[in-house]
Amino acid sequence: MSTALSPAALAARRFLGNRLALAGAVFLTAAGVLALAAPLVAGHDPNAVDLAAFREPPSAAHLLGTDSTGRDVFARLLHAGRISLLVGLLSSLAALAVGTLLGALAGVFGGAVDAVVMRAADVVLSFPSLVVIVVLAGVLGPSTAMLVLVFAAGNWPTACRVVRGLTLSLREQEYVQAARAFGAGRAALIGRHVLPAVLSQVAVVGTLLVAQMILLEAVLSFLGLGVQPPRASWGTMLTDAQNLTLLQTMPWLWLPPGLAIALTVLAVNFVGDGLRDAVDPKGTRR
Amino acid sequence: MLAYLVRRLLSNAAVFLLISVGVFLLVRAVPGDPVRMMVNPEHLAAGGPAFAAAKRTELGLDQPVLVRYGIWLRDALGGDLGYSFVSRRPVAEVLGERMGPTVLLMSTALAIGLTLAVAAGTLAAVRRNTAIDYATTVAGLGAISVPSFFLGIAAIYLFSLRLGWVPSSGMSTPGDGGGADILAHLVLPAAVLGLSIAGPFTRYVRAGLLAELGADYVRTAEAKGAGPGRVLIRHALRNALIPLITVVMIYIPQLLAGAVALEQVFAWPGMGQLAVSSIGQLDHPVVIGFAMFVAVLVLVCNLAADLLYAVADPRIGLS
Repeated sequence: MSTALSPAALAARRFLGNRLALAGAVFLTAAGVLALAAPLVAGHDPNAVDLAAFREPPSAAHLLGTDSTGRDVFARLLHAGRISLLVGLLSSLAALAVGTLLGALAGVFGGAVDAVVMRAADVVLSFPSLVVIVVLAGVLGPSTAMLVLVFAAGNWPTACRVVRGLTLSLREQEYVQAARAFGAGRAALIGRHVLPAVLSQVAVVGTLLVAQMILLEAVLSFLGLGVQPPRASWGTMLTDAQNLTLLQTMPWLWLPPGLAIALTVLAVNFVGDGLRDAVDPKGTRR
Repeated sequence: MLAYLVRRLLSNAAVFLLISVGVFLLVRAVPGDPVRMMVNPEHLAAGGPAFAAAKRTELGLDQPVLVRYGIWLRDALGGDLGYSFVSRRPVAEVLGERMGPTVLLMSTALAIGLTLAVAAGTLAAVRRNTAIDYATTVAGLGAISVPSFFLGIAAIYLFSLRLGWVPSSGMSTPGDGGGADILAHLVLPAAVLGLSIAGPFTRYVRAGLLAELGADYVRTAEAKGAGPGRVLIRHALRNALIPLITVVMIYIPQLLAGAVALEQVFAWPGMGQLAVSSIGQLDHPVVIGFAMFVAVLVLVCNLAADLLYAVADPRIGLS
């Protein structure tokens, strides 16, 4: 069969041929379903304190045991997944939206707009989001909303650079020049021609960003500066491991959330790398 | 090149001014009387309300916002970052004594991470598209996927609590504090932090080396009869590592961010741990002092990167 396939179908075929990316996608789907169905699957209320059954090792009643206040670790793990994944997705989407828009503007307008946007991107990227949040949470108080806002404010430059670069090369393409010659305004250029053309690359950037955002949320919540207790995130669940006695005697408290973060981020990275290779086969390893 | 450097200096100065406005706004967001943050608490207690009022005038707290900003910036640049709410000592002093441990941790981690990255990246580039190359890629992906604070926790569990090889926390044993003692405390956090930067840097080394190995001068060297080892080390690797210096400079603030979390895990008495514990104690002047330090560090690193870039590649700035 030599029927011509569309670029999207070719990309999908390349992605499905990448075993690591496929495994990552399967893992993420499972994690997503488990997180969504947490209330149905968990069997326990994640915040229900049971002082009669605290620090219990894994058993049939509590699959992953209970924590210091008798809360079910398995239930907390699933519910924490909801928060961690949601924060990762939301902040990454917000960063993508800002970055794509600014990148397209910089590319289409050029000149001073381009210079200012790209200089701002350099500066923002050189400040570690973690430190910015440490300082802001320290003075203004921690909150999940601030987490998402600062993530987005600190991570738009990656998408911005990619979109700007693509836009600059698009500007020289005949079909875009034809559109301009027919009197298409800049808004139309961005909406009709630039955005559809950069979407696949933006998806790659966005996927890899989700991995970074999940990591950041985890470490900040671990430090007590992100998601606030009693609400569970994978990061807050690891806070208990700072106690050496708990660390030594109760591995079921800290091992599951830590592995959950590591495996999720690894899966997202596999998918991101797979997407990149699928979308841009020329850019792959030599 | 001079024009290029002056341009970078000016643009960095502009960025610093913008950031200082942000930090100044943070100072204003701190609840309570600003005099409490700026003036030696002992003097304030001894002086009474009249002294506080005089200080208020001196600090320009009754002046328009712009003047207050000017006074605050002048003091901050002169090293006067106010007084800690908790220890009642100057913030610059409190931060200063935590700087040593953080620098020790970061530089050791950088040495470990770069050694690993150069070794793994070179191996991957020389044996490209073999099992070794793919294994390095997957290992690098693993290193950036496992959160370093969790790796630290797992390392304490294994090497301190189970095996008992090294201490689990702090920088020295009370009453000891010799070189060997500090080294035993340092090795675990530095290795974990080093591993977290080895991942991304391995990719740089591999990509850079592959580009150099394909260059004409490498073929010339080979044609002139230089052995593969000599070509690799004396010619290709040397050129591939030059741009890495710039990347390292830009990466240093990220390294500090990593140190913040690991200092907490290992109770390492550095600036990151100070910042996090100051937040718990609502010690705002120390947190804001830390912010100023990071801002200066970021700009110094960016400038150093620009400078090194220009020195390493004389073509920069000519166009």
